[in-house]
Amino acid sequence: MTKLETSLLDILREDCRTPLEKMAVMTGASMDEVASAIDEMENRKIILRYSPVINWDRTDRERVEAMIEVRVTPQRDMGFDAIARRIYRFDEVKSVYLMSGSYDLLVLVEARTLKELAAFVSGKLSPLETVTGTATSFVLKRYKEEGVIFENDDTDRRLVISP
Amino acid sequence: MNYDRYLNQRIVSVPPSGIRRFFDLASSRKDAISLGVGEPDFRTPYPIRDAAINSLIDGETQYTANRGLLELREEISLYLSERYNVSYNPAEEILVTIGASEAIDLALRALVNDGDEVLVPDPSYVSYAPGVVFAGGVAVPVQTKQEDDFRLKADTLEKAITSRTKLLILPYPNNPTGAIMEKTDLEAIADVVRKHDLFVISDEIYAELVYGGHSHVSFASVSDMYSRTLTINGFSKSFAMTGWRIGYACGAAEIISVMNKIHQYAIMCAPRQGQVAAAAALRLGRENGYESVLSMRESYDRRRRLMVRAFRDMGLDCFEPYGAFYVFPSVRRTGLSSEEFCSHLLQEKNVAAVPGNAFGPSGENHIRCCYATAVDKINIALERMAAFVAEHS
Repeated sequence: MTKLETSLLDILREDCRTPLEKMAVMTGASMDEVASAIDEMENRKIILRYSPVINWDRTDRERVEAMIEVRVTPQRDMGFDAIARRIYRFDEVKSVYLMSGSYDLLVLVEARTLKELAAFVSGKLSPLETVTGTATSFVLKRYKEEGVIFENDDTDRRLVISP
Repeated sequence: MNYDRYLNQRIVSVPPSGIRRFFDLASSRKDAISLGVGEPDFRTPYPIRDAAINSLIDGETQYTANRGLLELREEISLYLSERYNVSYNPAEEILVTIGASEAIDLALRALVNDGDEVLVPDPSYVSYAPGVVFAGGVAVPVQTKQEDDFRLKADTLEKAITSRTKLLILPYPNNPTGAIMEKTDLEAIADVVRKHDLFVISDEIYAELVYGGHSHVSFASVSDMYSRTLTINGFSKSFAMTGWRIGYACGAAEIISVMNKIHQYAIMCAPRQGQVAAAAALRLGRENGYESVLSMRESYDRRRRLMVRAFRDMGLDCFEPYGAFYVFPSVRRTGLSSEEFCSHLLQEKNVAAVPGNAFGPSGENHIRCCYATAVDKINIALERMAAFVAEHS
């Protein structure tokens, strides 16, 4: 990774809509260099997507989210990777992580209603051959995500003017 | 009751701070975007806070040695030697103070006799001239100019010297201009200092914040200036530790001893937890290559470039500053004075900046904008300023 790429990742993480021109100014590189570094990172699948952090509670969309701890028994033809792939193919599944500790996979699931989510767990996830157990917890409130604080706690505590 | 006859008239005679007025004005505006702060927008890195927290939990609440915890002084000695090639003995040549502010005050009180003249680059930090007056001296401003990138020039310096001149304050990287002094600039100053037998108080609080491939040169490391320099630095700007109030002064044992004399009677010691945190900051820094400092510097650098470009795009004459976290554009083309520009900007666009003349007469026609603020706020402020400049040109 070049220094330019690292800087660009920092900038994009903060605001992925930063115009190319601004990124060029901020890094001291030319617009062409910036564009091409970003293309490179997209090609190398370092940058996979650009998406905003959304506070859904402020919309009128109905939504339920759960984190499911999944225990699996990897088998001869089906290691963790294959099991994870099986699980993440479901549209309801937003994220899948392989974890250390008392369970194997952490699965983040989103559905429109509690009923739908429960139906997903009991109808699609639990019945999977390699799944030996699940523990589902519901997200009650989001405080902070991807470095963004959801409540208006972001106050600048400094004196407005100081020497 | 009239308190006039009780008050120290020397202090009363110092005019009120130009910044104070703006502070009152800006505080009254709800949700103004402020480019007028003089401190980092970062919080002190957590491991440093943790060291202080643990120290409190462990019940370390007593006074420290007047000069500061020996561990901290040893770390400071290692730090200055490693980063800036200047070597000071922790036992006798380093004094830990309540911010670099106290170090400046002590230095002036220790070095100024009534009527001594102290050369102060103009514009520069608001505390120097008043500090000189408080100590009984005469502050002599030395003009710096945008065409010289606000660097102190040997010839201008020399012209300001009289038979009463004793000290030179050298504040680089500079607040409010963001100017730095490179080795050749400092060597030229050193020649003047040597020739006229002056002593230098070098305020290097922004030493870690130098950009564009430049490096900070500590004045004490220049030619034979070591014995003619008191080096002042601290933790506020480099480690985002403004509220902790920890700084230090380094120099000849005789001078540090006199400074300590004042310090021990007036202050006793700098806050213990601040000292513990500062020692942790340097220790961790040595271990991890000062990664938190460098990461903050990276962020500042991006914002610096953004701001300079934006001012130039707006048509304001702006030199490129390579130090501190301020940009100091000229607002001459709007026909407004610094104060008019800033107060109208605040009223019309809800953006606060500090008028350049608050830092000395050479700051007139300039404004100081701080880029120690989140990029999104900087962008909004710059857009509003662009509109303002367009409306007033």
